[in-house]
Amino acid sequence: MNLIVAASSSATFPVLPSLLIVPTAGALVVAFLPRARKDLTKLVALIFSTITCALSLWLLSDFEYENHSDMFQFVSRQSWISDFGISWSFGVDGISLFLIVLTGILFPIAFLAVDPEHNDRSYFAWMLLLEAGVMGVFCSLDLILFFLCFEVVLVPMYFLISRWGHGNRSYAATKFFLFTMAGSALMLVGIITVAFLHADNVGGSVTFDLVEIAESQSITQGAARWIFLTFALAFAVKIPIFPLHTWLPDAHTEAPTAGSVILAGVLLKLGTYGLIRFGLYLFPEASHFFAPVFLTLGVVGIIYGAVVAAMQKDLKRLVAYSSIAHLGFIVLGTFALNTEAIVGSVLQMVNHGISTGALFLLVGMIYERRHTRQIDELGGLQHSAPLMAGFFTVVMLSSIGLPGLNGFVGEFLILLGTFTAHRWWAVVATLGVVLAALYLLWAYQRVFHGPAEKENAEMTDLKTRETLVLLPLLALIVFLGVYPKPVINRMENSVKTLVVHIEKHVSGFEEPVNRHSLGEIKIDTQKSEEGH
Amino acid sequence: MIDLLAATTSSVTSIPLGITKEGNWFLQNAWLIPLIPALSFVGILFFGKRLPRGGSELGIAALLIVFLLSICTGFAWMDHRDNFHGEEISQTLISSEHGEHGEHGEHGEHGEHGEPSLAVVNTATWFITGGVEFSVGTLVDGPAVMMLFVVTLVSLLVHIYSTDYVAGDRRFTHFFAFLSLFSSSMLLLVISENTLQLLVSWELVGLCSFALIGHWWEEKDNSNAALKAFLTNRVGDMGLLIGVTILFFASGEMIPDSFGSFSIVTTNALASSGLLSHSTLLIAACCLMAAVMSKSGQFFLHTWLPDAMAGPTPVSALIHAATMVVAGVFMIARLYGVFFEGFSIGGSSINLMALIGGFTTLVGACLAFVQRDIKKVLAYSTISQLGYMVMALGVGAWTAAMFHLFTHAFFKACLFLGSGSVAHSVHSFDMKSDMGGLRKVMPQTFRTFIIGSIALAGLPPFAGFWSKDEILAGTGGWGILGGTNGNGSYTFMLIMGMITAALTAAYMTRCVYLTFFGEFRGHGHPHESGPRITIPLWILAVLAIFAGFLNLPKGFQLVPKSLQERFGHYVEPVAGYFPEIAHATPSWSLAIVSTIVVIAGISLAWNYYFVKVEKASKESGKSLTELPDGLTTRLTLARMGHTLLVNKYYLDHLYTGIITRAVKEPIAELAYRSNQEILDRTVDTFGRTAVKIGQLNYEKIDQNLVDGFVNASGRISSDSGEELRKIQSGKVQSYAAILFAAATILAGLLIVIV
Repeated sequence: MNLIVAASSSATFPVLPSLLIVPTAGALVVAFLPRARKDLTKLVALIFSTITCALSLWLLSDFEYENHSDMFQFVSRQSWISDFGISWSFGVDGISLFLIVLTGILFPIAFLAVDPEHNDRSYFAWMLLLEAGVMGVFCSLDLILFFLCFEVVLVPMYFLISRWGHGNRSYAATKFFLFTMAGSALMLVGIITVAFLHADNVGGSVTFDLVEIAESQSITQGAARWIFLTFALAFAVKIPIFPLHTWLPDAHTEAPTAGSVILAGVLLKLGTYGLIRFGLYLFPEASHFFAPVFLTLGVVGIIYGAVVAAMQKDLKRLVAYSSIAHLGFIVLGTFALNTEAIVGSVLQMVNHGISTGALFLLVGMIYERRHTRQIDELGGLQHSAPLMAGFFTVVMLSSIGLPGLNGFVGEFLILLGTFTAHRWWAVVATLGVVLAALYLLWAYQRVFHGPAEKENAEMTDLKTRETLVLLPLLALIVFLGVYPKPVINRMENSVKTLVVHIEKHVSGFEEPVNRHSLGEIKIDTQKSEEGH
Repeated sequence: MIDLLAATTSSVTSIPLGITKEGNWFLQNAWLIPLIPALSFVGILFFGKRLPRGGSELGIAALLIVFLLSICTGFAWMDHRDNFHGEEISQTLISSEHGEHGEHGEHGEHGEHGEPSLAVVNTATWFITGGVEFSVGTLVDGPAVMMLFVVTLVSLLVHIYSTDYVAGDRRFTHFFAFLSLFSSSMLLLVISENTLQLLVSWELVGLCSFALIGHWWEEKDNSNAALKAFLTNRVGDMGLLIGVTILFFASGEMIPDSFGSFSIVTTNALASSGLLSHSTLLIAACCLMAAVMSKSGQFFLHTWLPDAMAGPTPVSALIHAATMVVAGVFMIARLYGVFFEGFSIGGSSINLMALIGGFTTLVGACLAFVQRDIKKVLAYSTISQLGYMVMALGVGAWTAAMFHLFTHAFFKACLFLGSGSVAHSVHSFDMKSDMGGLRKVMPQTFRTFIIGSIALAGLPPFAGFWSKDEILAGTGGWGILGGTNGNGSYTFMLIMGMITAALTAAYMTRCVYLTFFGEFRGHGHPHESGPRITIPLWILAVLAIFAGFLNLPKGFQLVPKSLQERFGHYVEPVAGYFPEIAHATPSWSLAIVSTIVVIAGISLAWNYYFVKVEKASKESGKSLTELPDGLTTRLTLARMGHTLLVNKYYLDHLYTGIITRAVKEPIAELAYRSNQEILDRTVDTFGRTAVKIGQLNYEKIDQNLVDGFVNASGRISSDSGEELRKIQSGKVQSYAAILFAAATILAGLLIVIV
């Protein structure tokens, strides 16, 4: 009896809004802390982010994945600007769940790992505000709410880069801001249009409710395609998809370590998550129609990112370019439009967040000690810092996609799923697997192997605090690689629902089921071209 | 959709797979075998440094346990093979257009060895997604059991050997940890139930190889060799990844309500019963072949293997001679149904696999001639012998290939460990400048090395003779003096095999002379190695002598029938998942001819080194390694050939100098340039223009809204007002202004237009 009471009470607790409110409150508290109590800042920030993390973990443990018919769980709705049908509505499914948990975990880690060089209070305040924005994106079910959160994220990130960054930081920050803002400007157009067209076609008042608009699919094909492009552009910049990626290496390189960790770990996922939730779900037909374009750009990104990464002389820039390649895989999987590939994509979002986040942390730790990121100036670090070398090896191998570690499962599912429908895209993407090994191992060799000279020989190994920060990430890398079942189980139903949704609304599209022999498979491009 | 209809109207049939779930405890619980070294890896990693022997005791204990387990599994399998009559599992299939093949699968019932052998399969779910089950499991049958024995034995001996060889090394514990991880991954590979698991363990062994080659990473060469090994293997892995995916979907076509199947048994059964389309199998086999070429050092992806000798010698013996490099050969043997049908091995006289193997065996043997480094001689010899195995599989001589794998593991490990023992004593691997005359000071090493060399050269009755002879007979090309009834008439492969036999005998004679005969040319005082080195050498040497008797040919009149072909009987599967292959009849005449060829090879080299060079040495008063006026100085053609060989056919130049450099430099440079110059420039210009327009518009836009928004966001965290100032003077604000304005206008436009 008690159990039932507990369960029902937990269901009424607005856990999703709290994911926004707690970090926002934290940001306010930190901002207004007395100037004299500098020592408290980090502690308070840490407490708030840990509470958020705990909330996200609670969400994870209470998430039901078996026998659950509702698409979204923990739904919470409050009318906000009722004249325009804008509401505070939140909900979570198997796709957003793990991104929320990832965000929840990465923030406290970033707080613990890195101390800002100056002005702690505003640094932590911005970071917490950033967390609130990200959480908002992942759980909002209202288009305007989503857009606000999506945009709010930019402001803290702009300041984090421009005030706490390195070298050419104000250029990088402005570039980042302008790029992403330009992308999302059109999305706002799309959002307003889609809401008004929906209201026109269905009759009734304007609503920005995602589920209602997506389920009714009232917008005509031609209009939906145009509007899809406005959304897709915003996400493509955010991800970033080739050729809109040029802000990313600059932003990553100049951002402070924690900024890079969050940028790579979470912020890029806003784009890929957006493509699934506001691309595939909201505009299934258009997504299917434009899929070949995105598949091609995804593959180009994989190869291009890897090739460019290979020639970088700056370690942090190299990791930044590797992100472009990894996100190419995620885009590829998303637009393969079948369960395996999309599950692989969502999993890969989480994997990339963990392993690239950890890579940036490690690069930051090297930078703190050596005050350089130039690969040429490093070398033989394995002598002086064997523990760090060990951590770096595992994280690097995870990024390469070595079986037994997390990267492999996602990558393999994406390739397998893509192969069914888009054989040659998958085959070319496999090249990325080879190239990833090339640039990362080569960099590893130059940084950690060989004789150590001067400062390199005297570099200190990881401190206890740093080890403790990296350990949870390492544990996740191994756990997700060896036993991905609990994660995949929770994603499976939501992804399946999404694919069924696409099948329902795209005439002539079925999740590819292989009943053909090699050579007889028609590539979907042709089908869609003939169809229209 | 048409296909779905076809599926519902077609009938459903089933084929026997030749597997069972029942069996002895050891056969059911083979998963323990990879698990124990995995645990010891973790143990050594975390506690190794605190243990009195630096973690080596953990590794040895773990390997000893799994060695005993493997032996028990072996005996359990032998009993199971002969006496098990349990239930056989079948696979339900759609028999739509392929109906005429429906009865094909029955052939497993009447193999040459009589009773079918039922492999023991156990699986567990790894995860499920989109209706596809990804499982892990064990497939215990003849080849698996044989490999378990080989891997655990060699690994155990290498562990013991290493306690002396790497004693005092700064990364002693790290070394043993990776030996354990390697053993675990390799054992996981040999009992893989499905191709995905094969892929996982395949990459894991590659990783261990990378870590162990680069064990002494302080030197750039070692680190480069490790990188090269990993990258070359990665190229092959791409083939494996694609091949596995193709097979997965290909088998899915036949199985009702299924997307595909990773199961090795099912895939093989479908392939060997002719139910899968030939072109699919051919493409899959070609992709998988790329993986074999990189892992098993086949021409032209072999170049990493000689470089891999930069690793410690015990590693070379274990990984780059006896076990990991045969993973490719083992993979062909595992998926033999696919390869047999894909390359149409039966009834042909040439195919890609046989050709690659045959070519590799020759290429490797030629290169072994010009090496100064004793380990490189052995490395090229390994390439050559791996080529022999691949060629054997290519001509359909499955059992012969497995048997050669088995005997080769012992004598090659023996030779490698012997070379390590020599190097341990003279502190160099260079035969020409630092060795010579070692037979007097290192008698144990000398004797075992000679035994290994004879076994490798293939003189009867040593192990190498029996397995090599079976391969030659298996080519089915010995038609002149009575046919040998192989799977085809691969005369070309027979010739390549014969030439290689002569070359092998000759280069081993050279190697033995340079190392052990003449006078000592190095520095210091070499001495015999300790017992932890010589005992493993002797164990392997004894196996190098006697292992060949395990598979005495059928019709070998000197022994009773019950002792003939024991290896083939227990190792070769007779089941639905194995293709029906013909078995060559042994031929006395062939055996005699091949022995004469080997003796001829030895004699030629003997004449050069033991007679001429020896004489010239005596005359000049110092120990020579070649004649001062040899062929290469007298003949231009010979000199050109020599230069070509010394430069390893220039393949390394091609890969590193041209291909890799092109990717690393011009291509990457070009991509990066275009990135910076074109993409970035465009965007920058666009951005700048936008900002200018924004500044112009700034005054004309309603400032209250914007200021309100900005001020609010600024206040949240602004304590000093610094941000506020920045916002008001920055580009951000004007951009926000354009955003809202533009959005409103464009939204209106869109609504009107669409």
